[in-house]
Amino acid sequence: MKKIKEWIQNNTYHHSQFWDLKKLVEAKEKEGLTISLCLPTLNEEKTIGKEVILFKSELADRYPLLDEIAVIDSGSEDNTLEIAKSFGADVYLADDILPGLEPKKGKGENLWKAIYQLKGDIIVYVDADISNIHPRFVYGLVAPLIYNRQTKYVKAFYDRPLAFSGGIRPSGGGRVTEILIRPLFSLYFPELTGIIQPLSGEYAVRREVLEQIHFPIGYGVETSHLIDVYTKYGLDAFAQTDLDQRVHENQSTRSLGKMSFGILQTFIKRAKALGIIEKMEDHQTILRQTQAKEDTYEQIELEITEEERPPMIEIEEYQKKFVVKAD
Amino acid sequence: METSFEDILDSLSGLEESVQELKEILLANLVMLGEIPAPTFKERERIEFLLNRFKEAEINKSSIDEVGNGIGILEGENGGGNILVVAHADTVFNKKADHTIQVEPNKVTGPGVADNSLGLSVLSTLPNLLDKLGIRLNNNLILMGATRSLGRGNLEGLRFFLSNFKQPIKAGLGLEGVELGRLSHTSIGMKRGEITCSVPEEYDWTRFGDASAILTLNEVINRINEIRLPQRPKTSIIMGSVEGGSSFNTTALHATLHFEIRSQSSEMVQEIHQNLQEIIAEVSSHNGDEIELDIFAQREPGGISFSHPLVHNTRRIMDHLNIEPRPGPSTSELAAFIDHDIPAITLGLTHGDHLHELNETIQIEPMYKGIAQIIGTLLAIDGGYCEED
Repeated sequence: MKKIKEWIQNNTYHHSQFWDLKKLVEAKEKEGLTISLCLPTLNEEKTIGKEVILFKSELADRYPLLDEIAVIDSGSEDNTLEIAKSFGADVYLADDILPGLEPKKGKGENLWKAIYQLKGDIIVYVDADISNIHPRFVYGLVAPLIYNRQTKYVKAFYDRPLAFSGGIRPSGGGRVTEILIRPLFSLYFPELTGIIQPLSGEYAVRREVLEQIHFPIGYGVETSHLIDVYTKYGLDAFAQTDLDQRVHENQSTRSLGKMSFGILQTFIKRAKALGIIEKMEDHQTILRQTQAKEDTYEQIELEITEEERPPMIEIEEYQKKFVVKAD
Repeated sequence: METSFEDILDSLSGLEESVQELKEILLANLVMLGEIPAPTFKERERIEFLLNRFKEAEINKSSIDEVGNGIGILEGENGGGNILVVAHADTVFNKKADHTIQVEPNKVTGPGVADNSLGLSVLSTLPNLLDKLGIRLNNNLILMGATRSLGRGNLEGLRFFLSNFKQPIKAGLGLEGVELGRLSHTSIGMKRGEITCSVPEEYDWTRFGDASAILTLNEVINRINEIRLPQRPKTSIIMGSVEGGSSFNTTALHATLHFEIRSQSSEMVQEIHQNLQEIIAEVSSHNGDEIELDIFAQREPGGISFSHPLVHNTRRIMDHLNIEPRPGPSTSELAAFIDHDIPAITLGLTHGDHLHELNETIQIEPMYKGIAQIIGTLLAIDGGYCEED
């Protein structure tokens, strides 16, 4: 797989390559780009204040890299919105954006609606639950887009080990990535296996791409993006940046099971549409898990349906707002 | 036109508002500095961050000296004298502590935020603040993140700078995160050290049950407790912490007491030091255990008087900002200034609690007053209103 090797060599960065923010802002201005930061939230009062403060101070006030910092919330019951607002973020409820559409709940919904609500030519998405947040989470992702017109979609990965003695070591993502995504990609989209952390929630994307792709509203959003952008624009549209470490709360194996199930649905839908998997029956939407109670085991059934939004460009309001037409 | 002291007082409320407008930069500096661990002697990364801030503020004269201090000099209009603002860069937390900081609308929480990440972040933001306020001082303003301050550091960073900086310094101003109202102008005499008891590793059946370093240290502590301390001059022995042993079922081979002797009189400090030596010799002769006394930090008492113009006018500034001044002695950076006969004070920036715990917290709102008081004091020193005739 010479292509993957080449791609990894040319399109993989470390955030430290982009430390010169003055130069980066100059390049951004020269390209005439605007950049919006979207922080999708649901009950993130512990971490949101720090994220907004750091991004606003460093990447808006000090170095005007970001033209907009927005929180798009799924209906937090804590003080997420008040805190974000008090530190200067624009705050939106996902349900209030495109109110004519039936509301749906999920992170993907917030990301999708950000395309309509935010103005930037580039939108950078950063999860709001990162406790070791740092400006690199944004500049590391937008820099490849600013410096390279060919790049359309930049993914984060986190790879600096706390301690390592040298030699070869495994480099990769979390459990779902290694157990589910990588085997699937290896089978059907081998070129995408070059992406070290396909499920990372931090990425920066050009609007022209975002408005053309589907958005699963649940767990499948990252996987669908990779497959859709890959099939539409090819591997060279991607780049990835090492952001060192990301500290956040670990998820239980059970939650990861739910996530995997949603991802699988997204994946199979695409595999079928692309003619990769032929003659496959419609898949089930029930995930069955087992749990132990005293000495007995019982099965619990979880309904997980991966609903999808159409490309934003097909939405009438969007076409009006940005004066564009669907193909 | 010359600014009178009354003009400075009148400008204070405006200062408070302007400071508030730089809230994001200030808090971002607090978070980024505070999340870099900086135990005493390992402040390098924090100091490098500070220096980057100085460079971004286009301070051409900035450098890291031989003992790791981070220094930036904002040159004055006249370039005549020098005013030194110092905040210690080290904290009491080791590198392994989770240094994550949490920001809420009214408070910031995390290890070291009060002592002294806030002090250091205000120092790093001062160039932006002065620039925003359009303030150009007549004197050179030396901004210094001091290393090796706490514990065994014994103010080594500041002492090194003061011993090697060739030009005279008009006044010193120490920044501490808490407590707003603090106005330290004198230093008390102090000796800081530890007493370590050790028992031999070989098992001694003749001392079955009582061969424990903890027991020996206990005896030492009891004896220290019996030392009679005078009411005047005010004197105290702080038994700060003890550590010893390793498990439930193994005899403790080592046990250590960390302490400070404090007194208004250096003779008294010396006398108690001698008492400790005698106690150790005696306890050691009883049971044959090895006991070591190690004094690694000390301060000489001294400072400027309550009526000194620097203290007097700082109090007036605090009064004007409705900050209740709490003048008093401290064991902070002042001691190093006193050794060099430089008039100096230490001021607190805001209210806080859980000092030296992992959930150390500072309040955001009072910080604006705290910073306004610092800028007001700088203006007063710069205007020559804080010098004795």
